[in-house]
Amino acid sequence: MSKLMNRAVASFWLGAVALVPMQALAAEGHGPEIERQRWSFGGFRGQFDTAQLQRGFQVYEKVCSNCHGLSRIYFRNLVQGGGPQFPEASVKALAASWPNKITDGPNDEGNMFERPAGLPDPILGPYKNEKQARANQNGAYPPDLSLIVKARTVERNPSWWTHPFLMLGDIFSSYQEGGADYLYGLLTGYSDPPEGVTVADGMSYNKAFAGHQLAMPQPLQDDSVEYQDGTPKTLDNYARDVTAFLAWAADPSLDQRKRIGWQVMLYLLVTTVLLYLGKKRVWSSIKH
Amino acid sequence: MGGHTSTYVPTSRWGKWFDERLPIARMMHGQFVDFPTPRNLNYLWTFGGILTFCLVAQIITGVVLAMHYQPSASGAFNSIEHIRRDVNFGWLIRNMHAVGASMFFVACYVHIFRGLYYGSYKAPREVLWILGVIILLVMMATACMGYTLPWGQMTFWCVTVITNLCSALDTIWQGLGTAIVEWLWGGYAVSGVTLNRFFSLHYLLPFVLCGVVALHIWALHVAGQNNPTGLDIKQPSDSVPMHPYATSKDIVGLFAFLLLFAWFVFFLPDYLGHADNYNEANPLVTPPHIVPEWYFLPFYAILRAFTGSFLGIPLGSLAKLMGVLAMFGAILILAFVPWLDTSRVRSTKYRPIYKWFFWLFAFTCLALGYLGSKPAEGVYVTWAQIFTTYYFLHFLVVMPVVGLIETPTKLPRSISEAVLGKSKGGTAPSGAAPAAAE
Amino acid sequence: MTTEVDDTNRRDFIILAGNAFVAVGAASLIWPFIQQMNPDASTKALSTVELDLAPVKEGQAITAMWRGKPIFIRNRTKEEVDAANKVDVSNLPDPLARNDGLPANDPATDANRTKAGKENFLIMIGICTHLGCIPKGQAMGDSKGDFGGWFCPCHGSHYDTAGRIRKGPAPRNLEVPPYQFISDTKIKIG
Repeated sequence: MSKLMNRAVASFWLGAVALVPMQALAAEGHGPEIERQRWSFGGFRGQFDTAQLQRGFQVYEKVCSNCHGLSRIYFRNLVQGGGPQFPEASVKALAASWPNKITDGPNDEGNMFERPAGLPDPILGPYKNEKQARANQNGAYPPDLSLIVKARTVERNPSWWTHPFLMLGDIFSSYQEGGADYLYGLLTGYSDPPEGVTVADGMSYNKAFAGHQLAMPQPLQDDSVEYQDGTPKTLDNYARDVTAFLAWAADPSLDQRKRIGWQVMLYLLVTTVLLYLGKKRVWSSIKH
Repeated sequence: MGGHTSTYVPTSRWGKWFDERLPIARMMHGQFVDFPTPRNLNYLWTFGGILTFCLVAQIITGVVLAMHYQPSASGAFNSIEHIRRDVNFGWLIRNMHAVGASMFFVACYVHIFRGLYYGSYKAPREVLWILGVIILLVMMATACMGYTLPWGQMTFWCVTVITNLCSALDTIWQGLGTAIVEWLWGGYAVSGVTLNRFFSLHYLLPFVLCGVVALHIWALHVAGQNNPTGLDIKQPSDSVPMHPYATSKDIVGLFAFLLLFAWFVFFLPDYLGHADNYNEANPLVTPPHIVPEWYFLPFYAILRAFTGSFLGIPLGSLAKLMGVLAMFGAILILAFVPWLDTSRVRSTKYRPIYKWFFWLFAFTCLALGYLGSKPAEGVYVTWAQIFTTYYFLHFLVVMPVVGLIETPTKLPRSISEAVLGKSKGGTAPSGAAPAAAE
Repeated sequence: MTTEVDDTNRRDFIILAGNAFVAVGAASLIWPFIQQMNPDASTKALSTVELDLAPVKEGQAITAMWRGKPIFIRNRTKEEVDAANKVDVSNLPDPLARNDGLPANDPATDANRTKAGKENFLIMIGICTHLGCIPKGQAMGDSKGDFGGWFCPCHGSHYDTAGRIRKGPAPRNLEVPPYQFISDTKIKIG
């Protein structure tokens, strides 16, 4: 390996080490400020916390599902590994009593009919389509939440010279939780508008939302959902849990992905070292 | 292929029988086993093999994804979610394909800059280099059409913008650009019809790519590989047989590259994508800030550098056309590099002045990439215009002029001398030396 | 020169180990690519179907769908059941019951191909065991073959009133899927 390469590699790693504290500089720039949160599923080692996913589903069921669907998640997913892993019997009962029925048919008379959901059916919201949703929500459209965590992110605007370091920092720490940070920031970001700001009729002030005016009224308050496992009933916990649940809904294979990922990385590392030693053997008698 | 004759000797009677009828083993042996390879290749030369791997990996994962994907406006987004959630290992294969596209470009850009640094485009490798530029263009077209397929918001609007580039031709002949754009779309806007044809072409182009890559490798094996000194192989001691020497190095490079690849596939699958793409395409709403995939950013910055005026020069109605021409010109100019570079030596290692300009050019490309990701406003546009200017100056002025005025440092007489020192002693292996290590 | 001999061995070992690792890695990479073609999670989830048999009167037949396959349901007449019972099972081309709910080597008696107390209902996967065509015999005007059951027009297989192969190239009796009566007239297949 040439000296040039050695130097390049060395400076790469040095840079990587140096940039970790530099993340503190990240906050500059404009746009709503969203703080990074600590997530059990964050970074390269994170996995979902089953108990948290169960609580998060409870929040979704009691609060969010009044307006939002979750149509890419099927009741069967609530049972599977890597998710909330509710017992099958209780999910079946839940599906059967889910208020938003499945439209099926046509039956023998040629009519569409509604039937209760089962394990293979999606978790539907209250509205059949966007038009119906807007008609019932003052013209606003509550989006389906299946992908909301992946479809949102936090925009950062670092100065040009910190940009590459922050980028490398995110790559090394494998930061993928921008959507979760944003959602948590949004759910906890409601407040009265600051002085001088007028909020339009039917809108709510939210510091995390771009433009700060959001059609969704504050959905979660302290004590709005009864937790069964004794977790304190605070807005903060609700926001965290439902965000974790929706992060799972957007990426149900995360646990498996990271588990396999470590096995693959280990394999590649060992093989690369072996191949490098082999290469040195092959070249040992030749100066190059 | 090249002038090198194979030393292949069939070991069995069947092998001999077959060799007389189809000497494919003889050819492969001659081209990829005992082919003389410069002994001083560094790890930057492993990227050719890495790129071949990338192409094959993209084709395999792509064929598999096509088994589950539905190329229609109503089915595309849902089928990709179906792949991510329900298909066995679908998440893995889809990540491999999406991240693979980026990794393909990472390797490709390293490969191009290696060629630029060591003068791999100079005679007698001009055709080899031009084939490389064609590969880059086909790769870009393939990547662009592939990016249409998820049918997310970013996808949809990027395709709208990129296909609309053709409408710049309206400046030359009113109606021509619009006609071409509608022909590409198969309608009056990007729609399911467009998606369907792009899917078809996205499946076709990689095989075209395979053909051009075969020619690229053929041309490479006519001239032989360049090397860090830029000197030709003059004597047996300058080279080693490709196997096991170059191959053992290639596979180390490949696996080191796979470490990076796997890191993104398993731990950062969405890092190189865009959050907006997890919203299904909506023809009525454009996302506030649209950017192409990272590998197009430098060219995107060049496109957007041409606003109403360029560094104070008013462009008027020509701005759009000039932006488009500059963007395509930025790629096509690469094809002329063999003749733009007037230097007598190949490797930048021996070019004290050009060396600085080379790194300035590399920085320019990075800077353009950064500017391409920023909104096209204020100071970003000014900087994009400055760097765009240097991008073209580098090729059109620096390359020819520096080559003429610069005195290269003293070159070693041969590759062997560069490696072994002036004394030229030591154990110099002959070109077809028996594999000493095994 | 023992050191040199050791050195050679170690050299060979490292190169061999490297190659072996690469081979193992490449081989394990094949697994996901094979596995992806197997039925996916959404397909597997749809593997039960519930049906109401009340509208199927004696002598009538309906065809339902389960896992993408046709399910033949015939409410057999007394005569058809008697005819099926009279057959000597040991002389059949396929003497086995082919009932997913029973052990593999149970004989192909009519009782073994239906549910106790509901013998009039014959429920089978309607796919000829020869090469996968759908036999005739469900609709009123269909040819029911030489044995009053089903007839596959593709290659001429005749099935009797218990869906057992009697004549023609098909090797096995029509298969009985796993199902239960969940009420007097409702069944659940799968």
